[in-house]
Amino acid sequence: MALLEVRDLTVTFGEGEKAVAAVQGVSFALERGETLAIVGESGSGKSVTALSILQLLPYPVAAHGKASSIRFDGQELIGAAPSVLQQVRGGRIGMVFQEPMTSLNPLHTVARQIGETLLLHKGLAGAAARARTLELLALVGLQDAANRLDAYPHQLSGGQRQRVMIAMALATEPDMLIADEPTTAVDVTIQAQLLKLLRDLQARFGMALLLITHDLGIVRNMARRVLVMTRGEVVEEGPVEEVFRRPRHPYTQRLLAAEPKGDPLPPSPQAPEVMRADAVKVWFPIRRGVMRRTVGHIKAVDGVSVAVREGHTVGVVGESGSGKTTLGLALLRLTRSEGRIAFLGRPIDGLGWRELRPLRRAMQIVFQDPYGSLSPRMSVADIVAEGLGVHRLARDRAESRRMIEAALTEVGLDPASAGRYPHEFSGGQRQRIAIARALILKPSFVVLDEPTSALDMSVQAQIVDLLRDLQSRHRLAYLFISHDLKVVRALADEVLVMRDGKVVESGPSAQIFDAPREDYTKALMAAALRLEAVDTGAVRS
Amino acid sequence: MAAARTTLLGRPISPLTARRLASFRANRRGFWSLWIFLALFGVSLAAEIVANDRPLLVRYEGAFYYPVLVDYPEATFGGFLPTTDYRDPNVRSEIEAKGWILWPLIPYSYDTINFDLKVPAPAPPSGENWLGTDDQGRDVVARLIYGFRISVLFGLTLTLLSSVVGIAAGAVQGYFGGLLDLLFQRFIEIWSGLPVLYLLIILASIVEPNFWWLLSLMLLFSWMSLVGVVRAEFLRARNFDYVRAARALGVGDTTIMVRHVLPNAMVATLTFMPFILNGSITTLTSLDFLGFGLPPGSASLGELLSQGKANLQAPWLGLTAFAVLALMLSLLIFVGEAVRDAFDPRKTVR
Repeated sequence: MALLEVRDLTVTFGEGEKAVAAVQGVSFALERGETLAIVGESGSGKSVTALSILQLLPYPVAAHGKASSIRFDGQELIGAAPSVLQQVRGGRIGMVFQEPMTSLNPLHTVARQIGETLLLHKGLAGAAARARTLELLALVGLQDAANRLDAYPHQLSGGQRQRVMIAMALATEPDMLIADEPTTAVDVTIQAQLLKLLRDLQARFGMALLLITHDLGIVRNMARRVLVMTRGEVVEEGPVEEVFRRPRHPYTQRLLAAEPKGDPLPPSPQAPEVMRADAVKVWFPIRRGVMRRTVGHIKAVDGVSVAVREGHTVGVVGESGSGKTTLGLALLRLTRSEGRIAFLGRPIDGLGWRELRPLRRAMQIVFQDPYGSLSPRMSVADIVAEGLGVHRLARDRAESRRMIEAALTEVGLDPASAGRYPHEFSGGQRQRIAIARALILKPSFVVLDEPTSALDMSVQAQIVDLLRDLQSRHRLAYLFISHDLKVVRALADEVLVMRDGKVVESGPSAQIFDAPREDYTKALMAAALRLEAVDTGAVRS
Repeated sequence: MAAARTTLLGRPISPLTARRLASFRANRRGFWSLWIFLALFGVSLAAEIVANDRPLLVRYEGAFYYPVLVDYPEATFGGFLPTTDYRDPNVRSEIEAKGWILWPLIPYSYDTINFDLKVPAPAPPSGENWLGTDDQGRDVVARLIYGFRISVLFGLTLTLLSSVVGIAAGAVQGYFGGLLDLLFQRFIEIWSGLPVLYLLIILASIVEPNFWWLLSLMLLFSWMSLVGVVRAEFLRARNFDYVRAARALGVGDTTIMVRHVLPNAMVATLTFMPFILNGSITTLTSLDFLGFGLPPGSASLGELLSQGKANLQAPWLGLTAFAVLALMLSLLIFVGEAVRDAFDPRKTVR
């Protein structure tokens, strides 16, 4: 008998006409020691499936169908008594959530968070609990665990917090671990380490692992079997190799084909330089004491030089906090910086806001989060037209409308949607609107700040194609900031690897990807492209 | 949301506004409170027609006269005084002998003294004075209508002006931050420490306080209540991506503040507004109660309250003033609650 048997699981939210079916007729089984991955894009119902196993949905707003059954080790969980569920939750099934910052209580120390689980399920308290906690933290590879026992979540890094979460889930030696997007919120190098940790722990304890993810790379690396979900239904199920090699369902085929592909446009060496920066520094002062004396600096960007030529893309990669975004903002003079910056051959580092204004037309930025970068109170036409008004590019209303329609068509949106509001669009469409807002000014230099990170895989590929297409048509120069190396490889001619505000390595894209020289770059490549953790000490844990 | 109306009063509105209107209507209590309040306010705006000691229309010797609008010397009706007292029995019998008089519903103004009382003032409620008279023989209903009007007008004006000043000050502080913010905050701390009541008392000893004096003095201090929330919203919103995107487009600071950041601050502002409005009304009432408010003789709810306190044997004075104040403040709070909920993006229309 399988450890977990889910049969005909349906979940509906609300009732009557407004009921939304989040999960429809999902069935699967999970054996002891096995890893099953559920893969799908946002809104496919994969997290709801995981939460219904622990009966953690907001009942009675959420309801299961009559035929639905979730049997864990022979015990029916749907409609089980609260005392039974409490034993199962955290006791026999552990759960690791996506966002470790919000799933740890910010007011409790590490020892107290884990101690609570130990007290509830094992009856351990005091020194015994502390010893066990230390043991668990060592098990999940938290360095200097003894000193971290009394640390609060905000004193730990994202990866360390996720290790604490895993330690909490493991505290009761569960038979099964549910990991809901466990590495989405952390950097690639940390992701590789965490995945390795999960694999090791699973092998050691013989746990069953239910891994929920949208990242096909993780599936390939971790799971034996995979379940592909879309719109609340399982469309394909089978061994990972088979599903990846011969996907039967059109959705799976599309998902697999969706990984960003293609090569950057062939660079022309004679192209003129559009943006050139020498030894750019962005230092934020740290002030202490009553007199607010400057005692030091946070060196967000510390002496970076970069040159972007017409029709070229320079990729900037690095972990979060490495100064990628700050560099982009500094080049556009949106943040205070030191060092020479020349745009189209003209130095712009000394210019004031007023003198910069006419130049702003030619340098634009597209932000990461398409939900945050569009004002929710303005229609699409108003958003796209804002720059036209500032730079007086349109002579009259009719011309402005024509330009808006042209820009929307160019990014692949229906011009008729100009009167609608951002909330009516999907993430990918919103990102297209943001691109249209930048493009309508006919810029020559665009900073793309993680334009694909907040999007689903299939949409990412479309946006990458769109960006490449626009580049070839308008000879645009891109500064492409991303932590996703697959996307960078598909777009960038040159790559800049940043760490702690400094450039670790830079050069032509092919050289960086295929023959990295620095240890850090090698570790980054291994983590990002092959999900391998490298133990050379080049990356933090 | 397909069924939502997309026009209001013939003008097209955004779906967001349509959703807010729908959500406001869905709050029955607030919706009806608004209508009741508007009805009361409408009646009180027309106080001169509803309650007045001058007739609406006089027919005298084959001609029409409009005493509410025009001052006629008494000579017009056969007398000799420069103005006509239409309540004078002589004038009244003279007119009625040669025509007729159309009186308002309540034939008293706020300062009309009823000399025909059969009992000493304050007189209890009767068919002639529906809610009785105060201790100077003035009709309480008439005083209520005029007092309601002046309270609401004072509250609305003060709220509007102090919101404008407060939002502007908060916006500048939050958006630019830094030293400007620091200095402005310290200034507000000192300024808010000034004792308002003493200043009002000092003012009352120098000039005779009227509506505008009180309004400007209150405005000097009431604008600070909004600065905190607006400043916080601007501090938060100035780092939003769409604000940064607008900066990257080259949009000027003023435009960004008005077009991109201010709408965010409006939700917090609107949440605060019913309380500011009620606070303003209560302040005026309490000043009148203490005798530092509007000049003696003017219609005011606070003055009625203090009469109620001085004449405990005449409970209708205190009870009436209490009931009207409670009704007005509750209605405004209900409306304010509904407006706040309508602007809350997390609430959905059911």
